[in-house]
Amino acid sequence: MKMNLSHFEASVLFALFTSIVLGIITKKTDRERVRYAAYCFVCFIAAIFGLGWLMYLGHG
Amino acid sequence: MDQAPSVGKWLPAVALAWLIPGGGHFLLKRPGRGALIALSVVAMFLMGLMMRGFLFQPQGGDLLTTVIYYGGFIGDLMSGILYFITVWLGYAQPDVAGHEHDYGTKFLVAAGLLNILAMVDVFEIAAGKKD
Repeated sequence: MKMNLSHFEASVLFALFTSIVLGIITKKTDRERVRYAAYCFVCFIAAIFGLGWLMYLGHG
Repeated sequence: MDQAPSVGKWLPAVALAWLIPGGGHFLLKRPGRGALIALSVVAMFLMGLMMRGFLFQPQGGDLLTTVIYYGGFIGDLMSGILYFITVWLGYAQPDVAGHEHDYGTKFLVAAGLLNILAMVDVFEIAAGKKD
């Protein structure tokens, strides 16, 4: 079985799973974990779009 | 100053966390967290395989090559049983160019790195430093 993902899809999946683990291991309560995982995910997505635009504009 | 926790207290849980992602949390009776860690690590590893990622082998040479190949190998190895089963079943994807393979390689290493974070969490729980 082979998986064909675009850059965006692969990056979002990476962000999702990494955020889940970061949320679990860093905070003490479930509420804090969910909030931190969501925060990490939003930061990842912002970085994806920011770097994407940076590369697009830098490419000329 | 905190006294170091005894090895017998944390080693079985940390070893299990390495071998079976999420297993350490299950052993310490944190099944919810264990299940989420297992889901994340296994999903990343399997997606890495399905994207035909490259599994690193230790390789020397110049400093950068050594760091990348040894670092990558350790990252892959940290996925525990997932890595051993994959190698045992004969998975041997060559390191080729292309964004899919590249993402696959990163997913495989990242799965191991996430498992290291989970192992640290298990250590802290087993040592009584964290709930």
